[in-house]
Amino acid sequence: MNFFSPEAYAKRTVASVQEYSLLSGRAVANIFSGKRYAADIWTQMDSIGVGSLPIVILTGFFTGCVLALQAAVSLKEFGAVGMTGRLVALSMVKELGPVLTGLMVSGRNASGMASEIGSMKVSEQIDAMRALGTDPIRKLVTPRLVATVVMLFFLTIISDACGTAGGALVSVVLLRLNGSTFFHTAYMSLQHGDIVGGLVKPIFSGFIIATIGCFYGMTTKGGTQGVGRATTQAVVVSSVLIILCDFLVTQLMIGIFGR
Amino acid sequence: MNSVTTLKRKPVDLEHATPIVEFRDVSIRFDDNQVLKNITFRVMRGETRIILGPAGVGKSVLMKLANGLMMPDSGDILVFAKSLSAMTEAEMYEMRAHVGMVFQESALFDSLDVEDNVAYRLNEEHVDPTETHDRVVEVLQFVELEKAIDKFPSELSGGMRRRVSIARAIINKPDLILYDSPTGGLDPITSTTIVELVVKQRDVTHTTSLLITHRLQDAFTLATHRYDPATGHMAKIPDNGIDDSTKFLVLHEGKVVFDGTTDELVHSEDPWLREYIS
Repeated sequence: MNFFSPEAYAKRTVASVQEYSLLSGRAVANIFSGKRYAADIWTQMDSIGVGSLPIVILTGFFTGCVLALQAAVSLKEFGAVGMTGRLVALSMVKELGPVLTGLMVSGRNASGMASEIGSMKVSEQIDAMRALGTDPIRKLVTPRLVATVVMLFFLTIISDACGTAGGALVSVVLLRLNGSTFFHTAYMSLQHGDIVGGLVKPIFSGFIIATIGCFYGMTTKGGTQGVGRATTQAVVVSSVLIILCDFLVTQLMIGIFGR
Repeated sequence: MNSVTTLKRKPVDLEHATPIVEFRDVSIRFDDNQVLKNITFRVMRGETRIILGPAGVGKSVLMKLANGLMMPDSGDILVFAKSLSAMTEAEMYEMRAHVGMVFQESALFDSLDVEDNVAYRLNEEHVDPTETHDRVVEVLQFVELEKAIDKFPSELSGGMRRRVSIARAIINKPDLILYDSPTGGLDPITSTTIVELVVKQRDVTHTTSLLITHRLQDAFTLATHRYDPATGHMAKIPDNGIDDSTKFLVLHEGKVVFDGTTDELVHSEDPWLREYIS
């Protein structure tokens, strides 16, 4: 029977972090030098961005709806139902839009990247690519990184807009609030720092999704079972890191903009 | 193959006496498992080196080491007289442009059709699409698979996949071909077809090659047959002749137990070797 060795575990963890850092560093460096795979970037943008559109729209819309319903109940106690628009807009733009979009895209694409690249790894296609003179990081990782960061940025904007629209719909149809007041309070509550904070987060989340997904794909071992394991780990780790990163970026934004 | 149009890539220019592949005291281990121990051998220009040994002895690892897909723990590997350990990543990719590799399970890109798989290297080098297509047709004719040009790997049999893999490896006329168990997992008839292709490639282009096989029958077929251009098939060398360019390397428990010609292998006095080849 093999006993758990803390030393071996620590060594494995440090080695993994080192490997992840090297892969991420090389993926970023490839953007600025050498051969670029523009066609692959467009393909990935279509797959990651356009492909994720339905889930991002639905998630954003219904989150806005729920926010409006919940906010109205609480604000009613203070006679401030008119502030529903402000609460929905601030929540969506600053927090829920970026985080939920990141988590949804992570669930869909980090898993997709890990399983696709992982399958290539276990069937020796990655080795074949290297043997044929192609750098797999340049060909597979960098296009996914660029596509995820760019598309997550725009998906977050769409999610924010859909969430606000969902909140407005619920406010007008179910809560019988004035639509104009909703949008006015929503618009007036948002400040420069809120928008910047909400749009910086998807850049970090996009980086996490692509690099974690590709890292677990590129380090897949153990056949089809290994592919399954890599896929699960990619989603779990990227989701946790997105929330952790959200906390750190929020702290940073509060430090910079004071809100 | 002789009518293949020019490539951007220039062939490796080495003196005839310089080995194409040289392993110097190479060792590698995975965790607690010492896979290869102090491996030393040379492969000269035009030579076909058959690597034999029981399953799990490290033959595929040796092949990946020769192409820089893995790096040894100790020792040095020279390919085209350049040490792999001294190469930068860019130099490594430049070196691999001169090497064709056939993988154990073919390793075809399953999202690309046969034409794009075979043309992969040329597409990466941005060769003119018309020239690329002509060259793909040419090599597919060489492996007798031109009808499968628009099929996907999932639509091909194991033997066909192996032939596509060979076509992909030879499309840019490499200076070194690495065959990792090209007949592994195939039925005897299909194996013979693949061996025939290897013989044809050896005798038509005289490309230096390393070939792993588990099947002794395939190894000896390679050593005792040659390609007959008149019939388009391989034929036994008359008078029990042996192909001079075909040599053997036998591995056992991670070590080289034999390095020599077919004749020396057959007449070896080593008890393990005699039992292995019997």
